[in-house]
Amino acid sequence: MNYSILIGGAAGQGMDTLAQLLTKTLKRYGYFVFKHSDYMSRVRGGHNFIQIRFSDKQVRTYEDKVDIIYALNKETIDLHSERLKEGGIVLVDKAVSHDENLLLLDLEETAKEAGNKRAMTSVGMGAIIKLLGLEPDVALNVIGITLKDSIVDLNKEAFSKGYEMVGSRFGLKQEKDEKILIDGNTAVAMGAAAAGCRYYCGYPMTPSTTVLSNMEKWSQELGIFTEQVEDEIAALNMALGASYAGVRAMTGSSGGGIALMSEALSLAGIIETPVVIINVQRPGPATGLPTRTEQADLRFAIHSGHGEFPKMVISLRSPEDAFYQTARAFNIAEKYQIPVILLSDQYLADGELTIEPFDFSKIEIERNLYEDELPAGRYKRYELTDTGISPRIIPGKVEDKIILVDSDEHDEYGNITESAQMRTSMVDKRSKKGELLEGEVEEPWLIGDENPDNLLVCWGSLFGQVNEVVEILQEEGHSVGALVYGDIYPFPTRLLKENAATAKSIIDIENNSAAQLDGLMREFALIKSDHKILKYDGRAFSVDELYNRLKEVVE
Amino acid sequence: MDYTILVGGAAGQGIETVVLLLEKTIKRSGYNVFTYKNYMSMVRGGHNFMQVRFSDKPNSTFSTKVDMIFAMTAETVDFHIGNLKENGLVILDDELHKDQDFMHLSLQKIAKGIGNPKVAPTIGFGAIGKYFGLDFEIARKALEETFKGKVLQLNMEALEKGYGLTETVVPLERKEDTKIIMNGNQALALGAIAAGVKYYCGYPMTPSTSVMSYISEKSKEMGIVVDQIEDEVGALNMALGASYAGTRAMTGSSGGGFALMVEALSLAGILEQPVVVVNAQRPGPATGLSTRTEQADLRFVIHAGHGEFPKMVISLRNPQDAFYQTARAFNIAEKYQIPVIIMTEEYLTDYMMTMDPLDFSKVTIERNIVEAIEDSKERYKRYKYTESGVSPRLIPGKSKGVEILVDSHEHDEYGNIDESIETRINMMKKRMNKLEELKEELLEPDQLGVENPDILLVGFGATHGALLDAVTRLNEDGLSVGALVYGDIWPFPTKLINKLGKGAKKIITVEQNMTGQLESLILEKTRLEIFDRILKYDGRPINGDEIISNLNTILEG
Amino acid sequence: MTCEYNLYDPSWCPGCGNYMIRTALKQALEELEIPPHMAVIVTGIGQAAKMPHYIGANGFNGLHGRALPPAIGIKLSNKDLTVIAESGDGDTYGEGGNHFIHTIRRNINIAHFVHDNQIYGLTKGQGSPTTAMGQVTTLQYDGVKVEPVKPLALSLTMGAGFVARGFSGDIPQLVELMKEAILYKGYAHLDIFQPCVVWNKVNTFQWYKDRVYKLSEDYDQTDFNAAYEKALEFGDKIPTGILYKVEKETYEDRFQFIKDGPPLVDAELNPFDAEKLMKDFY
Repeated sequence: MNYSILIGGAAGQGMDTLAQLLTKTLKRYGYFVFKHSDYMSRVRGGHNFIQIRFSDKQVRTYEDKVDIIYALNKETIDLHSERLKEGGIVLVDKAVSHDENLLLLDLEETAKEAGNKRAMTSVGMGAIIKLLGLEPDVALNVIGITLKDSIVDLNKEAFSKGYEMVGSRFGLKQEKDEKILIDGNTAVAMGAAAAGCRYYCGYPMTPSTTVLSNMEKWSQELGIFTEQVEDEIAALNMALGASYAGVRAMTGSSGGGIALMSEALSLAGIIETPVVIINVQRPGPATGLPTRTEQADLRFAIHSGHGEFPKMVISLRSPEDAFYQTARAFNIAEKYQIPVILLSDQYLADGELTIEPFDFSKIEIERNLYEDELPAGRYKRYELTDTGISPRIIPGKVEDKIILVDSDEHDEYGNITESAQMRTSMVDKRSKKGELLEGEVEEPWLIGDENPDNLLVCWGSLFGQVNEVVEILQEEGHSVGALVYGDIYPFPTRLLKENAATAKSIIDIENNSAAQLDGLMREFALIKSDHKILKYDGRAFSVDELYNRLKEVVE
Repeated sequence: MDYTILVGGAAGQGIETVVLLLEKTIKRSGYNVFTYKNYMSMVRGGHNFMQVRFSDKPNSTFSTKVDMIFAMTAETVDFHIGNLKENGLVILDDELHKDQDFMHLSLQKIAKGIGNPKVAPTIGFGAIGKYFGLDFEIARKALEETFKGKVLQLNMEALEKGYGLTETVVPLERKEDTKIIMNGNQALALGAIAAGVKYYCGYPMTPSTSVMSYISEKSKEMGIVVDQIEDEVGALNMALGASYAGTRAMTGSSGGGFALMVEALSLAGILEQPVVVVNAQRPGPATGLSTRTEQADLRFVIHAGHGEFPKMVISLRNPQDAFYQTARAFNIAEKYQIPVIIMTEEYLTDYMMTMDPLDFSKVTIERNIVEAIEDSKERYKRYKYTESGVSPRLIPGKSKGVEILVDSHEHDEYGNIDESIETRINMMKKRMNKLEELKEELLEPDQLGVENPDILLVGFGATHGALLDAVTRLNEDGLSVGALVYGDIWPFPTKLINKLGKGAKKIITVEQNMTGQLESLILEKTRLEIFDRILKYDGRPINGDEIISNLNTILEG
Repeated sequence: MTCEYNLYDPSWCPGCGNYMIRTALKQALEELEIPPHMAVIVTGIGQAAKMPHYIGANGFNGLHGRALPPAIGIKLSNKDLTVIAESGDGDTYGEGGNHFIHTIRRNINIAHFVHDNQIYGLTKGQGSPTTAMGQVTTLQYDGVKVEPVKPLALSLTMGAGFVARGFSGDIPQLVELMKEAILYKGYAHLDIFQPCVVWNKVNTFQWYKDRVYKLSEDYDQTDFNAAYEKALEFGDKIPTGILYKVEKETYEDRFQFIKDGPPLVDAELNPFDAEKLMKDFY
C-alpha cells in the first residue's frame, strides 16, 4: 500500500498545523509517513503545498501522483488536480468550487457551527480520516496533545463533524506504531545533544534555524548553552572559544552564513581546535531561493578557508544518518582536532518521516583529551608527534600549565614563529592529520546490485529518492546499483574504483548544475560519469521524476 | 655580468633605504635590477634582508648565491655567509665580527661624527657605490629624492664619506637607461588606474595594502575615491554598490580578508555585477605568516561563494603581467557582468624589477554599458534573457523612465523575486552560460622553453620568473624541458596542456603550496597523469636554482 | 600555587605604550592573586594583540577584530576562568565593531582592555577608527575624512556598566583600573591611551601627558549623565579613571544552569541524558 495526500493553499491558512496533525495521526495509526513541504519564502500568501505520503513500508521521499487533494483555495485545484491518481479525490469547500466532480463539502460553515471558521482544517481532517476508513480515536488524541488547550474542544468537535460527513473509501486498518517521526534538522540537533554538545550558537537563517531552535528548546533541560548571536562571524569564533575552553561546541547556518564563517574556519584549522559546523544548503547564489533545496555548496565547503589545513566534510543522507553522523562528527573533530563540516539541505532538513527510534547505545563519546601526567616545563599545545596530533588539555584544569593557541604560524608552544623550518614542520604536522583522517572515512553506501552495469553515484539526501528508484529498476530487471556518499571529503575512492571498473555506464545524480561530485570523482579517482542527471530548480527530485530521467539512460 | 648584493639587518635599521638607493642608482646607470625582499612581521627587530641583483641582461628571479653582503648586524653574516660566492665580499661595521677577514668600515663612528648614527647605512651605500664605480651624481640625485631638508644634508655628507672609504674594484660601465622599475602591486594598481578604476575600498592587510596606498597616493590627481573602511565585509558590498551605480570598482585583501568577502562574492554572482577583487596571497591558515609568500588560496578562490555562479580567476605572473591583466580584468568583468578575482602573492607584490615602460596604448576600455535611452515605454529588464546570457546593462539615473532593480534572491528578468521553476532554470542557465562564453576568451598559459618538451613543468602565477630562469638554463644545457605557466586559471584552459601533456614523457608541477592545488585542477579537468611535483610551503619564494635542484633529484630518483 | 606571571621578550618598538600596559597587567593579575592557569588573555591581530606571547597566561590569539567572540565562548564554557579580551583600537572599534556593540548588550563578565593609539601599527600607519579627522597618514595622504569613533560614549549608550579610561604613562592608575575592571561583575570597558612611537606623530606620549587628568575624588561614578559628558570630553583636557560603574546582572547569571551549576566544561557527558528528548517524537 502507498498513499499520498496533498494539502494546498496560501500561507496563513492553517496548512502547517493540519499537516502536522495529519502526519502524526497517520504515523500513530502505524504507518510509515513522509511529509514534504513546498513553501514559498513569505509569511503570508503565495502558493504553498504539503504532501504526506504513507505506506506500510519505509518511505523516504515523495511521489508526483496523489490520492487525496485537500484544496484550501482554487489555485490548488488548478495547479495540482492533474496529479490525481485514478480513483483519487479532491476535497474542497463548497464556497471554493462548484465542480461536481470534486468532493464538495460544507467545511467552513461546519467550522463556524463548531465555533470558529479557522477550525475548518479540522473538519477536512475528519473527512480525510473517514475516507481512509480509520477510526477517529487516534486522531482525536493527537489533536488533544498537539493543540493549545483553549482550542482543543473546538477542533475535536470540528473533526467529528467532518468525520460524519463522508463514508469510508479506502478501507485502511490500524497497524502497530513503534516508530518516531522526525525531520533532518531535529535529528542533527539530537545527535549533537547525544554527543554532549554543550555550546550551540548561530544566527537565524532558513533552512538551518530549526537546528538552533531545537537546541534552544532543550537548553535548560540538558544544560546546553544556546545563543542567537549578532552574526555568523561571531558564531564560529565563539564556538571556537568554547571549544578551546573544553566544551563540545557547534554552530550552523546556510550557505550565506557559512560564507561569513570562512575566515574563522581557517582559524580552526591553524589553532587545531575541534568544532562541528552544519551547512543546511539552499539554492544560491546569495539569497537565492531561501526556502528551497539544492546541493551546490560541496566544493565551497571542501575548499572553504584560506590556506591549507585538514578538515572533514560529511554529507547527511537521512534523519538516521543525520543523528549518528552528527554524533560521530564530534568524536572526529576532537580526535583530529579539526573542523568537521556537515552538509545537509532544505529537503532533508524539513522533510519529516517515520523511522526506527535512535539507538543511543550506539553513541560513544570519545573526547581524546590528554589526561596523563605532563612533562615538567611549559606545555606544548602543538607538540610535534608521529601522528601530527598533539596531546590536548584545556585551560584552568592543570595547575601551572597554560595553553596558548595562535592564529599566526607558531612553534610547539603556540608562540609566533617565522622560521622556515618550523613552518614546514607545522604544515607537515597538520597535513599528517589529514592523511590519518583518510583512514577514518567511511566508503559510500552501496545499494542495489554489487558491480552493477548501471552505476549510480550521488551524495547526501538524494539517498531517499535513489534508494527507492534503484529498487524499482531492479524489479524491472536492470542491473543497477548506487553509491551514496556520506563522508565526502577526504573523498573515499575504493568502492567507486571497484564498481566503476565493471560498470557499463556511470550516472551522476545531483541537485546542482555543475555536477560537483563528478568533479571530485575525476580529481581523486580519475573516473568520470557517462551521464549526468542534474536538477537545480530549487526542488528535490520526486521518485517519479528521477525514475523517468533514469529510464532514459539506464542500459 | 650578474651581481647580487644582500643587505640585511633588523627592522628599523634602514635596510629599505639602502636598497632603494642601490636600486635607483644601479638602474639609472643602465643595468637591469631585480630586488627580492624578505621581511618578518614586525615593525622593529627580527631579521630582515633584501637581495639586489643586477645584470646587463634581464633577470626574472633572485639568485641563491650572492656576491656581496652588507650586514647591519652580526646575525646577518651568520645567516647568509653560506650563500656567499667564493671571492665574495662582506661589508660591515668595524665593531661587528672583529676577528673575521671582512671589509670592516667605521660606519657608526663616522655617522656619529656627522651627527646622527642613523646615517650609517648611507655611508655603506656610498662605499658600495664607489666599489662598483657608480656615478656619484646619480647617487646624489637618488638621495635627493629620498630625503629632505636637514636629514638630506646629513645623508649627503654620509654619502661623500662613504665614497671616500673604498676603491673602485668592479667598475660598471655607465649605459643608457630606458627602463622603469616597479613592484607587482604598483603595476597592478597602475593597471587598475589605466583601466579607469574610480572606486577602491579596502581594509589594511599585508601584502595587499600597498595596492590601496598607491592608488590613494594618486587618488586626488586621478579623481579616484579610495576608502579605508570598517571591514572587508563592507568593502566588497561597497564596491558592488559603486559598480551598480556605474563606476569601475575594485577591492582587495589577503586570504583572511578575502574570506570575509566570500558572501558578497556570491552576491556579485547573482546580481551579475561586475567587480574586480584582488587576493594578495600570504601563507595561511588564518593569520599564518603575514609577510611571507604562498600560493595556497587557488581552490579556495575558485570555489569561494555559496551556490553556483560564473567567475573568473587570473593569477599574475610578473609586474608586466600584473599591469595588463588587471586592466583586462575590468573589461572582462564588465563584458560578462561577473566578478573577476586577481590572485597575486606576497613575493610578486614586493619584488622590484626593471622592465620596459608600460604600453598604455595596449589598454583598451570596453565598458559594455548600453547608452542611455530616452523615455522608455517598456519596463527595463536588467536580467533580460539573451543568447549569450549577458543582458544589456544600463546604469541608474541616466535614462529617463528606466529604473534598475537588482536582487540577491532568484529573480525574473526585471529583477523581481521569482520562485517559479521555469525562472529558476532559465536564470541558472543564463548565468552559467556566461561561463561557457567566457571560455572562448581565455588565454592559454605562457609556454616557456623548447617547443615539444620531454619534461613539462607546469606552474601558475609568480613562479613564472623562477620557471623562466630554470627552463632557460636547462635548455642551454641541452635538456628537453618546457614549462606552462598559467595566468588565466579559472575557467581552466586545457588546450595547450592537453597538447603538450600528451607528448611529454613527464609532467611535473611546480607550486608554492602543500597540497598541489594546480595539480588537482589538471587532474579534474584533463585527467592527465602527473609524474611528480615540486612543492614549497615554508613561506619563502622558490627560484630557478631551487627548481633545477629539485628537478635533478626527481630525475635521478 | 604560584601567582607569578612570566614575561617573554616582546618585539614592540622601544618606547611603545604596550610595554607599560603589560607591566600594569602583570601587576594587576599578581595583586589579585589569580594563578596564570586560571587567566585567559584573548586577542585579535595587531601589535597589542601579541600580548599573550609576552606574558605567561593562557592565550587565545585569534583573528583580527574577533577578540570578543572567543572570549565570550570561553567565559560561558568555564565561568571559573578570568577572561580578559585585549586588542587595539582598529581591531576593536573597526573590524570588530559589531561584536563590541553586542558584547556590551550581553554584559558578560569579562574585562576588555583596548590599547588605543589612534593608528594602525602592525600594518604601518593607516588611520584607525579613533584617528582624528584630517590627520595625514601613510594611506590617507589627503587626511582622514571620517569622524573618529567615541569609544566611551558608545559603550555608555549601549548600556555598559563599567566604563573607564587609562593611560600607559600612568602605571599605578592603570593597575588600579585593570584590577577594578577584572573584579567588576560584568562587561568592563577600559580604553587605554598609548603612544605609537613609529606611526602616530600627532598623538605622542607628550600629547597624551599634556591632556590627561584624573577624575576628582568626589566624582560620582554612578551618574550616567556626568559620565556621558566626561566621555565626550576630548580636547585640551581628557579625563581618566572610572567614568561609570553600576551593578548589573551578568549575562551568564541569566542562565539558571550556568548560574547554579558547575562550569559547563565540567559537565559529565552521557548520550543517554539526551534519550529523553525522543519522547516528543513518538
